[in-house]
Amino acid sequence: MVMKLREYGIADPDEIYWFKSSIHRGRPEPLDLHLGMFLPTLLTQATLEQQDRFFMPAWNLEIIGTYAQTEMGHGTHLRGLETTATYDPATQEFILNSPTVTSIKWWPGGLGKTSNYAIVLAQLYTQGQCKGLHAFIVPIRQMGTHEPLPGITVGDIGPKFGYDEMDNGYLKMDNFRIPRENMLMKYAKVEPDGTYVKPLSDKLTYGTMVFIRSLIVGDSARSLCRACTIAIRYSSVRHQSELTPGEPEPQILDYQTQQYKLFPLLATAYAFHCVGAYMKKTYHRITGDINQGNLRELPELHALSAGLKAFTSWTANAGIEECRMACGGHGYSRCSGLPDIYVTFTPSCTYEGENTVMMLQTARFLVKSYTQVSSGQLVSGMVSYLNDLSGQRIQPQQVAARPTAVLINDPASLVEAYKLRASRLVEAAAKNLQAELTRRKSQEDSWNRTSVDLVRASEAHCHYVVVKLFTAQLSEINDAAVHAVMSNLCLLYALYGISKHTGDFLQAGILTNAQVTQVYQRVKELLAAIRPNAVALVDAFDFHDNHLGSVLGRYDGNIYENMFEWAKKSPLNKTEVHESFHKHLKPMQAKL
Amino acid sequence: MAQWNRSGYFRSSVSRDVNPDLEAERRTASFSVERLTAVLDGGADNTRTRRAMEAVIHRDPVFSREKQYFQSQNERYEAAVRKAVRLKEKMLQRGWTENRPETKYFYRALGGDVAFNVHRVFKNSILALGTDEQIAKWIPLAEKYHIIGTYAQTELGHGTFLRGLETTATFDTSTQEFTLNTPRISAMKWWPGDLGRSATHAVVFAQLYVKGECYGLHPFIVQIRSLRDHLPAPGVTVGDIGPKMNFEHIDNGYLMLQSVTIPRENMLGRFSQVLPDGTYMKRGSDKINYLTMIVTRVEMLWVEVIPALQKACTIAVRYSVVRRQSKLNPGEAEAKILDYQTQQQKLLPLLATAYALHFMNAYVNKFYSKGYTEIREGNFDSLPELHALTSGLKAIITDYCTAGAEVCLRACGGHGYSALSGLPFLYTKVAASCTYEGDNTVLFLQTARYLVKCLAAVHAGQPTPPSVAYLSLTNSRKCWVRTEADLLKPDIYAEAYRRRASRLLSTAAAKLQALIQSGAEEYVAWNRCTVQLVQAAKAHCQYIIVKNFIDTVEKLTNEAEIQKIMKHLCDLFALHGIFSNTGDFLHDGYISGDQMDLVTASYLDLLAVIRSDAVPLVDAFDFTDENLNSALGSYDGHVYQRLYEWAQKSPTNQQVSQAYESYLKPLFQGALSKL
Repeated sequence: MVMKLREYGIADPDEIYWFKSSIHRGRPEPLDLHLGMFLPTLLTQATLEQQDRFFMPAWNLEIIGTYAQTEMGHGTHLRGLETTATYDPATQEFILNSPTVTSIKWWPGGLGKTSNYAIVLAQLYTQGQCKGLHAFIVPIRQMGTHEPLPGITVGDIGPKFGYDEMDNGYLKMDNFRIPRENMLMKYAKVEPDGTYVKPLSDKLTYGTMVFIRSLIVGDSARSLCRACTIAIRYSSVRHQSELTPGEPEPQILDYQTQQYKLFPLLATAYAFHCVGAYMKKTYHRITGDINQGNLRELPELHALSAGLKAFTSWTANAGIEECRMACGGHGYSRCSGLPDIYVTFTPSCTYEGENTVMMLQTARFLVKSYTQVSSGQLVSGMVSYLNDLSGQRIQPQQVAARPTAVLINDPASLVEAYKLRASRLVEAAAKNLQAELTRRKSQEDSWNRTSVDLVRASEAHCHYVVVKLFTAQLSEINDAAVHAVMSNLCLLYALYGISKHTGDFLQAGILTNAQVTQVYQRVKELLAAIRPNAVALVDAFDFHDNHLGSVLGRYDGNIYENMFEWAKKSPLNKTEVHESFHKHLKPMQAKL
Repeated sequence: MAQWNRSGYFRSSVSRDVNPDLEAERRTASFSVERLTAVLDGGADNTRTRRAMEAVIHRDPVFSREKQYFQSQNERYEAAVRKAVRLKEKMLQRGWTENRPETKYFYRALGGDVAFNVHRVFKNSILALGTDEQIAKWIPLAEKYHIIGTYAQTELGHGTFLRGLETTATFDTSTQEFTLNTPRISAMKWWPGDLGRSATHAVVFAQLYVKGECYGLHPFIVQIRSLRDHLPAPGVTVGDIGPKMNFEHIDNGYLMLQSVTIPRENMLGRFSQVLPDGTYMKRGSDKINYLTMIVTRVEMLWVEVIPALQKACTIAVRYSVVRRQSKLNPGEAEAKILDYQTQQQKLLPLLATAYALHFMNAYVNKFYSKGYTEIREGNFDSLPELHALTSGLKAIITDYCTAGAEVCLRACGGHGYSALSGLPFLYTKVAASCTYEGDNTVLFLQTARYLVKCLAAVHAGQPTPPSVAYLSLTNSRKCWVRTEADLLKPDIYAEAYRRRASRLLSTAAAKLQALIQSGAEEYVAWNRCTVQLVQAAKAHCQYIIVKNFIDTVEKLTNEAEIQKIMKHLCDLFALHGIFSNTGDFLHDGYISGDQMDLVTASYLDLLAVIRSDAVPLVDAFDFTDENLNSALGSYDGHVYQRLYEWAQKSPTNQQVSQAYESYLKPLFQGALSKL
């Protein structure tokens, strides 16, 4: 594939993504870390001299590198990483060590078998002091023989849920020496005599994180789009039971329960598509600002990207499984493609920031903004709704007077409803945190005891943002027919979300019991309204059959013949009589 | 490094090499784990028997699951056949019978990783649907594995809707034979386990035709492979359906029949027969075909489904006290991740659920044994209630366990994603249970149909069966809870659940009625109410589970300590259910917003209470290390050493990768001169 990339001169990250996904159907592969982490890290953190030495060999794939950060016992808490790099001024070398079992590098993609280099994150020790985490370029396999170098123990971590193609690996280092020049020294430095030179600001790394998270949000949307395409096409081909006695079996997509499973997910897929596009756009806009030294918006975007990454990946993760189960037994067969989409997607709930941890990062920002508002300062951006709190000091009675304001057929009004819910939950979490703080001394303990509330607040905030972005998108659609169908999807997304969290809306007095009943009713009406366009709406995602990789989701809908053809290729079908019959069954029968 | 192979069976002897973080959790248990295990097993005698049988299985290398995560589909299948054969030998040697509780114990020890499970369904279907002569003829052959059977009902194009099955069996009076046919590709039998490569015989469900008339679906015994060379019988096309999300050890198969003839006697005839002259005779209820499905649904819950959640909880909870991450208090060591409220909120309600379902299953089994005997004796009175109860509970229990296993997987961070954690295996296996033996949505709707009927009976002043008697109680208007402590009174939350179930059912039924009265055809009206009806059926099942948990706890009077912790779990299960569905309880104002805040507070406080007993509570499930087969969940807690050792066994580490020689080497060569 890399050869082809070079041949066609494809270099833009987006183009690489589409090229790759059309070959691999969005599946992982051993060179992902090399292209996605090793090369970019060289570009951003290596000195010019280092780039001269390493970049071209890496670009030409003479060096294949990976990025080794996570250890067996440490992931989320970077300061807890145990690998050490101790500077020896006598030889001008760093001595790398994995002092414990828990410090073995674990999980990096391409590390097990493919890579001959790794960028290793380790605690830097020089002149007897620990200077924290730094990155080092470490050769791990012999050029020519590909054998591990002396002092290096490297291998594959064994089978996983999915990602079979990827050799996620482990790496253990015993007094392994590398030259001083192999520390990535664009920012921090160690002088030949061992003197440590500190880096400048570390806020810049926020930019990279926002970018990666925006990719995950996009991936959430795409994975859900694929799953919906398969499930909805299958549901229009599969006939089952009877709706009307005496008539032929109907398409299962005509059952209300099936529509109720799939259409809200379809709406979600479209909603997340908007969110992914928004994040990418914002990232590019802000990158411009960063280059001009303006970091003002970065903290909010960083906080928001954490929550949206978690919110969308959790929802998509559950949604893919819904789609699979909506395909009944056949969804469970790998010919449906759905198990593979799921196992490939699900780790994104964990990697690049565990989702609960992400939600709590967003919560920290929300609480900070709330505190700011409480002390009389205004906040801006997506959290500006918190400013309203200071004026009104929301009281239940006051809010209860509002319900008539919400119009359940008006997306803009629903955005307001979500906004109220978010502000009420942020306020509740912040107040509970405050109450814990007055009862106990420790900040951390109080935070921990409020974390369930805090996650709820973050979720409500993210939900509001998604509804807001989706609604805003509507005004940009000019085609009347497209606008009509997208409006229905947007309404469904918003109303379905309310129907799943009625408690929040009732308890805060945003909606009345009667309105909640109307919401339930309206959701069902929307299902019927979307039904005629359902297949067209997934066709619009425009996945090629090769990319979809699903017998059930084929564009032509000829599923049963093709399932049979697919099954014939099963490894168990190689011979008409399986060898285990001769080895085990027959001898057994003879004995009895 | 620690020893890896110590069998869990000997764990009661004090072990010195347990991870201190785990050891500390066990020291502070508020109850005796051994006694709770006995309660779960239904008596200490059962625990002893179970452990003895597990030890026999674990001592035999044939049953080892050490290589399981590294095997291909072919290897997994072969290992499963080998295990099934060895198990048969063991059973003969030891005189174990297939009657419970022994079956339960060795299937538990094997973790379901054995072939010929559907062979048992084959036998059960003959026992339930066959005449005495048929039972006498086929069962001994099946017992001795002289024949291997499967149960072929589902077709490529048809699952849920039995009347839609297309396979035909046509009786010919002149030859006294049935001719079976697969008229088109969508009619191929598809999915039955043991069918692809193993089975010699199948109970095939087909539309019976006699003299041009269709009599509906009936079961037939059909030979599909030769007993001499195992080749497919004439007219039979059979094979494996290919890779799935899991169950790679099972040869789920397809079957196409082209003019395959079988003697008249091969139609299973306990409830209907075709006489030699072609006269069709029927006795008993139409619903009798459901009996095998009910049997299977009840069995799968304790064989596969509930243990999956219990194992997942065991792995995740143990790992969560060994794994340390970030700091709760500056200056202290990194905290056990189970000390984070968000982690407790993920795992502890699942632990409570695992207990709730265990007790629910005990009740269902009792209820079912009684009903089964009556039905076999020709008394069909209890069939509708049994069918409704097992349908709804199958659906909700598989939903709970599947969702729960996935939460456990994700709660273990990156390592949960490794196959070596055992969690992907548990999850992908239990996930199938939501669709096999009845799609869950369809099953909820069956329960709902029964509930709607019962509600009509209540309105008409007719008596109702015990499991729905609550529908006739009158509803109080407001919940009177004033403090957090009030919420820990079982009467209070049981009433909240009862009311909710009752309200959701009444609302759905009223809507259905209104649509019908406004002129909609009944089936159209039904379809337009199904989303609400599913919600009503779920609420009904949840109420039953909560109620049964309460009843079970009340009966534990001579185990004071255990009763206390079980009461906490029961409270947690119930309050978590309210916390997760606040809207349902707030909707008609039965619980107020202020009371809901008390529910949240009370629920969060319970997490901390159960936290201290979390490890003893999973220990009490008493799964051996072999059974868990998890690098993260072993009894001794040596998580990291085990992950490292197990990874070495990965085939990719045992052999030189072709990828290097073929693709990478040429790339690397260029660098030799430059570096």
